[in-house]
Order: sequence, then C-alpha cells, then structure tokens
Amino acid sequence: MSEQPSKKKFLYINRKAPYGTIYALESLEVVLIGAAFEQEVSLAFLDDGVFQLMEGQDTTGVGMKNFSKTYRALGDYEVRKFYVEKESLAERGLSVENLMPVTYEDEDDDYAEKPSIILVDRAEMAKVIAANDVILSF
Amino acid sequence: MSEVATAYEVNGIVAQHDEEGYLTDIGQWTPELALLIAKSEHIDMTDEHWEVVNFLRDYYEEYQIAPAVRILVKEMTKKYGKEKGDQKALYALFPYGPAKQACKIAGLPKPTGCV
Repeated sequence: MSEQPSKKKFLYINRKAPYGTIYALESLEVVLIGAAFEQEVSLAFLDDGVFQLMEGQDTTGVGMKNFSKTYRALGDYEVRKFYVEKESLAERGLSVENLMPVTYEDEDDDYAEKPSIILVDRAEMAKVIAANDVILSF
Repeated sequence: MSEVATAYEVNGIVAQHDEEGYLTDIGQWTPELALLIAKSEHIDMTDEHWEVVNFLRDYYEEYQIAPAVRILVKEMTKKYGKEKGDQKALYALFPYGPAKQACKIAGLPKPTGCV
C-alpha cells in the first residue's frame, strides 16, 4: 500500500489495571474502532497498565467480561507493537513470563507468527512516545 | 432508561434481546434460535450462511470480540479461500451487513465500530 499523507502514528498509553475502572476496556474499544482508519497504531503499557497483559486472567469474581483475550486479536487489525515498560513490571514483581503471549502473522514472511510485545526501559519508552504523532493516554 | 426489549421463543426457551434484536445473554444461543433470528431478518440459512455464523462464533470464543468486516473478509479468505472471503459474496448472504446481521444470528453482541 502506498504511503498516504494523512497517515499518522498513534500511540495509546495504558496506565491502569484492567478491572475496577473502565479505562482499559475503553482504550481497547477506541483502538478497535480507530483501526478501521488505517493509521499506524501502537500500544504502550506502563505503571499498573502492565496488569492488562497478565496471563490467566479470571473475571468470574468481578462479573466483567474477560477482555484480555481481545489483545490477541489486534494483530489482525495491524496493531503489532505492544511496548511494555521493564521498570513497571519489575516494580510489581513481574517479568515478561507473567504476560500472555501476543503475536501477529507477518504476511511478508509467509505468515510467520511473531511476538507483538516489545520490552523497553523507561528511557526507551520516552523515545517511543516522542516518535509518535498522536498520544492518547488512558 | 426503559428499553423496548422483547424476547425470542423457541422450544419453550425464552431468550431476551435488545431493541435491535441482539441476544442479551449469548449463553442462550442455540442453532434453532439462530434459525428463528434469521427468519426475522428474512434470511434462509444455507451452508454458506452457517459457515459465516460458525466462523464468527469461533472468532468470538477465541478473542471475545466480533471482527470488523475488513477482518472477517481477510480471515475468511485465509480459512476458506478467495471465493468465500469476498466482501461482495458476504453482502450477498447478509444484505444488511455481514458483521452486523450475521453477528445477530450468531447470538453475538453488535460488533465494535461496525457499519
């Protein structure tokens, strides 16, 4: 596809735990709706936002839909970069092994499954944020 | 807020739906109920219709969302080939929108950002 002049780089920053507030779910819905506009979309997870990608979420106790599975559909929507901040994980006693695997199929590489999660430290995260045109913080 | 919601009834099971006809509780879905919803949409269910409906149910089971039409076309192409994964063919099966109408028949919520 040729480069459109109206194409911008969108970064959705997720900073809150998945349940208890509506921020995480709202962010995900906006990402899904926004994906229809064929912009370049990436996600960032920092602070309590890293909990959104935790493996093995069980929402039966809170009576909410377990929408964590939906992050794994985002590869289909060409959302293929999930920047996760190392320090935020470490501060919560987590490592990348505690996160669910999120992958996308690379159609330029015989549909090989590739990981979407990219671990970055705080300084790299600052650069990621600076490199985007539109920042939406949830 | 008062909604003008009524219900589908099939084999003695009453299934509530919202004002647009989407099931309130997706757990109540049965193939018989799908036939009833299809009838109210003026659709005669063929094997091709079921292929789409079943695909949507599998996708929802895996990802907890109904895909946008663009994604449906792409994924149907991958699974069933170009002939089935064709926007025109899908609209021929579901004239009011494959995602919207097929999702209703599949017992799924209205897709996010659907057209």
